[in-house]
Amino acid sequence: MTGRFAVIVWLCLSASVLATPAHALSDPSEMLPNPAQESRAEAVGSQLRCLVCQNESIEDSGADLAKDLRHIVRQRVVAGDSDQQIMDWMVARYGNFVRLSPPFNALTALLWASPLVAVLLAAGVVVAARRARPTLPKPLDSEEQARLRHLLET
Amino acid sequence: MNRRALLLAPLGVALLAGGGFWEMLAGMRKGTFNPRGVPSPLIGKRIPAFSLPGFSDTDLVTGKPLLVNFFASWCVPCVEEHPVLMDLKEQNIPVWGIAYKDKPAATDMFIARHGDPYFRLARDEPGRVAIDWGTTGVPETFLVDGQGIIRWHFALPLTPETVDEELMPLWRKVA
Repeated sequence: MTGRFAVIVWLCLSASVLATPAHALSDPSEMLPNPAQESRAEAVGSQLRCLVCQNESIEDSGADLAKDLRHIVRQRVVAGDSDQQIMDWMVARYGNFVRLSPPFNALTALLWASPLVAVLLAAGVVVAARRARPTLPKPLDSEEQARLRHLLET
Repeated sequence: MNRRALLLAPLGVALLAGGGFWEMLAGMRKGTFNPRGVPSPLIGKRIPAFSLPGFSDTDLVTGKPLLVNFFASWCVPCVEEHPVLMDLKEQNIPVWGIAYKDKPAATDMFIARHGDPYFRLARDEPGRVAIDWGTTGVPETFLVDGQGIIRWHFALPLTPETVDEELMPLWRKVA
């Protein structure tokens, strides 16, 4: 009984560990005392790419530069900047690459449209495949049947 | 178009993608493709305002072009790049150094050991000015023209090839 209980507890614990996003911001001294401001800073930070590790947000990254950028985000949140202002501040220095979700513009149009393009291409392939399917010959009409019978008999 | 040809379409797409990746990897080996070479939004803009122990942004506007090199004594690629900077000094190209997140004593020791390629040296110990320049590490080099406009940015250690093929043609244009 206790053994089974231990297994269940263990499973629950490991599931909770797997389910929580790994935030590098584990050092409480980095966090803002105001929870509303802290959660805003985390939301903005999770949209910013860590430029050292590239596929992590600055909130998730352990890199030194990411730590500095987290600090700047928090400073600007406290200073009363809007999310957009903080984003613009980062883009002015690092370009749109710093944004984990790129904006829609002429350069990224193909990127954003790619799911639609893929669906359209697939639809095109399906239509083309249908057209290419050989159609069954029409059944023989009575005249042809008569001729067939004649040929078979002679 | 028959159906069998259509079945080959995914294979064609895979081949195309594979070819693209191959090209990227080959370029990385040859140095013609840099996955970190994201174009800096600062190109064509004035240098960011800053004031550091050593020099400030106004000092960089000299009426003549110059290079700004972010480096650190703890940075291994900086050692690799160092002879190239010494060569630039030989060619009378002023390189203004900014030591990034480095203790002054360590920077001084680095320069004493490898030689001093720098026209002037500033110290960015907190690393905050480097963020305004949009750097993501060290070494990084900027070409600033006589009016203080950033003309070129290179986010890898300079090599003799980069200097000859990329930097010098631009340098001659702005000089």
